Amino acid sequence: MTFTPISASIGGALIGASASLMLVLNGRVAGISGILGGLLRLPRGDTSWRASFLAGLLVGGVLLALISPQVLPTANRTPTALTVVAGLLVGFGTQLGSGCTSGHGICGISRFSTRSIVATVTFVATGGLAAFIVQRLLGRAS
Amino acid sequence: MRQLLVSFVSGVVFALGLGISGMTNPAKVIGFLDVTGAWDPSLALVMGSGIGVHFLFARWSKRAKRPLWADAFVLPKRSDIDWRLLGGAALFGLGWGTAGYCPGPGLVSLVGISTGALAFCASMITGMVAFHVFVGAPRERATSGSATAAHSHPARR
Repeated sequence: MTFTPISASIGGALIGASASLMLVLNGRVAGISGILGGLLRLPRGDTSWRASFLAGLLVGGVLLALISPQVLPTANRTPTALTVVAGLLVGFGTQLGSGCTSGHGICGISRFSTRSIVATVTFVATGGLAAFIVQRLLGRAS
Repeated sequence: MRQLLVSFVSGVVFALGLGISGMTNPAKVIGFLDVTGAWDPSLALVMGSGIGVHFLFARWSKRAKRPLWADAFVLPKRSDIDWRLLGGAALFGLGWGTAGYCPGPGLVSLVGISTGALAFCASMITGMVAFHVFVGAPRERATSGSATAAHSHPARR
């Protein structure tokens, strides 16, 4: 893929702005795996704001599909069986490790959390390892 | 009510940020993670830019007594590194690098109704539920021995 510094910076700033809205106004961490995981642990008293955030995420997706559908590629890049394994690992791993790219990577690092810095270094490292192996398995070595 | 509105707007802005930055495209994520391929550093810039903006507000929140529209900050306070953090992050990374989806882009991509996004989200939710059913958070396990534990801990806000 080609390096897209301008759109990456603008998009990243929007993600930072989203996390800041949640923190400054609601006092919450905008961590997707934490928000979704908390919703799946019913019954809890704090489901409405979680559902509201996730609804916003989907509405944002609809806006993207209307404005610029190419940012949501539908081509099946990875064999479905591998995608299912990936989803299980992401689901289980983010709950065990208390966060994902948003909660640890953006929110935690911004707060200088040692745990988030360690987690981010770890998942980028194992992510690189998995991407390297899977891309070779699929014959996409370049 | 306005807290729900904030959550909703925050979700919309988050999705737009993911889409504009290219992170809803698994090929772009893998292009960053697989450094031996045609390396695309975009993801690093997305994180750097996001951290740069959020850092300013996070610094404000450290001095503030409370958020503007809520009673208290609900933030993680732990600082210890344990095997759950390391193991969980390692497993998450393996899944992330395999298909190029992390939770946010996976959910946003549901809108495209592609096999990949549907399979990813269904199995991600299964993995999350499996964790909470079979493992659970340390706090929950500590109180699960008592039948009255659920009543002595009112739902947290």
